Amino acid sequence: MNGTPRFTRSPAFGPLLGLVAAWALFAVCAGGDFTALANQRLMLLQTAVVGTAAIGATIIIASGGIDLSVGSSVALGTVLGALVLRAGGPVWVAALVCILAGMGTGLLLGNLVVGRLASSGVLLIGAIGALFAARSGTLAALAVLALALVASFVFARHKSRLPLSPFIVTLGAWGALRGLAKGLGDNQPVYPASTGWIGDLLGGGSMLPPGVWILLALAILASLLLRDTVLGRHIYAVGSNEETARLCGVDLERTRLSVYVIGVGLAGVAALLQLSYLSMGDPTTAGGLELRAIAAAVIGGASLAGGSGSILGALFGALLMTVVDNGCTKLGLDNWVQEIVTGGIILAAVALDRARARAQV
Amino acid sequence: MRLAIRGLAKSFGATRALAGVDLGLRAGSVHALIGENGAGKSTLLRILAGALAPDAGTLELEGRPFAPRTPREAALAGVRMVHQELALCPGLSVADNLLLGEEPSRAGWIDRKARRERARAALEAVGRAGLPLEAPVASLAVAERQLVEIARALRGAPRVLVLDEPTSSLPREEVERLFALVRTLAARDVSVLYVSHALEEVRALCDEFTVLRDGQSVGSGAVAGTSEREWIRLMAGREVRELYPHSPRVPGEVLLRGAGIELRRGEVLGLYGLIGAGRTELLRGLFGLGRPPAGALEFCGETGPRTPRQRWNAGAGFVSEDRAREGLALQLTVSENISLARLERFSRRGILNQRALLGSGATWAELLTVKCDSVVQRCGELSGGNQQKVALARLLGAGSQVLLLDEPTRGIDVGSKAQIYAWIDKLACGTKTSSPRAVLLVSSYIPELLGVCDRIAVMRRGELGPARPAAEWTEERLLEEAL
Repeated sequence: MNGTPRFTRSPAFGPLLGLVAAWALFAVCAGGDFTALANQRLMLLQTAVVGTAAIGATIIIASGGIDLSVGSSVALGTVLGALVLRAGGPVWVAALVCILAGMGTGLLLGNLVVGRLASSGVLLIGAIGALFAARSGTLAALAVLALALVASFVFARHKSRLPLSPFIVTLGAWGALRGLAKGLGDNQPVYPASTGWIGDLLGGGSMLPPGVWILLALAILASLLLRDTVLGRHIYAVGSNEETARLCGVDLERTRLSVYVIGVGLAGVAALLQLSYLSMGDPTTAGGLELRAIAAAVIGGASLAGGSGSILGALFGALLMTVVDNGCTKLGLDNWVQEIVTGGIILAAVALDRARARAQV
Repeated sequence: MRLAIRGLAKSFGATRALAGVDLGLRAGSVHALIGENGAGKSTLLRILAGALAPDAGTLELEGRPFAPRTPREAALAGVRMVHQELALCPGLSVADNLLLGEEPSRAGWIDRKARRERARAALEAVGRAGLPLEAPVASLAVAERQLVEIARALRGAPRVLVLDEPTSSLPREEVERLFALVRTLAARDVSVLYVSHALEEVRALCDEFTVLRDGQSVGSGAVAGTSEREWIRLMAGREVRELYPHSPRVPGEVLLRGAGIELRRGEVLGLYGLIGAGRTELLRGLFGLGRPPAGALEFCGETGPRTPRQRWNAGAGFVSEDRAREGLALQLTVSENISLARLERFSRRGILNQRALLGSGATWAELLTVKCDSVVQRCGELSGGNQQKVALARLLGAGSQVLLLDEPTRGIDVGSKAQIYAWIDKLACGTKTSSPRAVLLVSSYIPELLGVCDRIAVMRRGELGPARPAAEWTEERLLEEAL
């Protein structure tokens, strides 16, 4: 084991190999169509949304949780952002609304997971109140939200807890958030007159648009968070052995809340990027994104049992899926072939990872 | 007095877990806490650890009231615990585990240099500075993991260190090293509360003892000058006349032949060896749970390898050494666990006869004196000894003729042990209503092998030696052969 270089032992090494192999395969089969510089750019653009969501998924999975509502949060985010733009609000407010909607959703989901039902209820009422208050101005909406936020922390002091499984909580959110997005958009896409600079995040003429840089920056930040901060160590510890973490004085509730605020907040960033990509708010967009984000995290070495996961690996996983989709399209293969291949890759990645783990012990 | 416990009481609903415990732990002494499972040891430990608040009674640490509300408070006050089920995060590195909850940091960012230094210092304190700081704990041996946990407990200079059955998962050669470490700690003025079932360990290591029975402290004193017989009497609350009954047995036909083993009806064959010698693998292989042993195999009238289901049907039964993960379905009830291997017998066209199932479960639970509220209680709520009786009841209920028992008395109390020994004897001798059975017993506990078995064979690095009559073996000779 000492003979192998260190980077090969990194959890991101396997997915990187897979990515290189898939790229090389399509480069040979599809030729110049696939290897063209413009196509590389396109693939990076296509990865921005799912990659950002995958970073969030990795953090949540490392803590032993799961988020099945990513696709719905993204749809809700695009609709909210587009509504702000259509109402003539400043572009930066629209962007902020996308991200804050994600973080707020994360706070609500986190509260449900740790079992602070009263806090969750207050947040929910506050969010609905803010939607009504938004008609009489942004400030009124923000005031309602701030009030709800303060109240949720006051209510959290109450000791009663009814923890719910993350699977169930986010399964509920998967349906509810999608419904909310449809209701807000009146069952149809919301077209703003202009998306301002948001449209340039994944558009414009530059070789690497800002959205790709945002993805890279978030990935670096998330890696540092997991590796070099106390919160990061606690995330892995909670996912690895909750009882031990509690015994050692780790604040489980604060860790979980942070995980969901950050993780679903990243889905908010993904919503912003999706809004840029679509140039509209679409309540039906990003269906199945949650599964692609989870798949990327798992291909990248995360275990659904918690306690492990690599941001870099998840990025490679997300890129791998894009390469497969794109390459299959270039080869003229139908959509259903892509889906089967992607499914096969997920199974193969997990099987290989388990075999590797067994060989190491 | 370093730690003084007076009149401690705690009830859960109608169950009185503790009903008046007094215990005085001197500075720098090693104090044994002994008692059967269910005697209240774990409740007492949870109170000490700050995980549970007592209903009545007082705790004093160095003369000051000690009432921790969380494990963190207990640790800060100087009471640290090393749990039996090692409480580590397997995926995290050694250093991360050592510093969990106490990471040196600035504004949330980990100070990597301080982290390394403190982790290194913690390992030095247990004499293992050489352990790799960045290796995941899952890659360490059990003994090393335990040292990591002790090292973690020793950070912050505890006044009281509680070791909960620390040797239950250690290979014998590591036990001596642990004892040496405990003695060093005591010499450095740490008071150690040592929870154990093994009376010879108490004898070898401890200065004083306290015996718990039914939630009360029923005896305490100096280890020197107290006989093991006296301890057993205190723990069981009665005289245990014969721990290892051995009635006359008549060997019958051969029921198992192969892999160097010949086992006859009416016989108890013991397998001794160090941990990792391959005894468990052999047993599992025979039962169809792993790679079958090389060579010809005759087992319960069948030749060659079979699946576990076929083994059950042919009249073999297996008790796993790992109760919690393999031996029992802890989420299921007592009666479900007992009948798990023979549900077909209680069903007609796939529909279960629930009443017959419960009745049979109740019969066996009663025969084996399983202490439970009812047979529909979940197994996970029972004590270790009672869980083991449920595991044995499954074999008896299935009418197994050949019983493969892997460490059936590990980590259980003396009372339950005595009952299991009595059952093994009864099974091997047969009764008026049932014919004698054959028992293959894997154990790391030599007195038990010498007491229970007719013949004993030693396994060393996967090689099984010849089986000789138990009377020809001594503790030293078994060890010699195994090393």
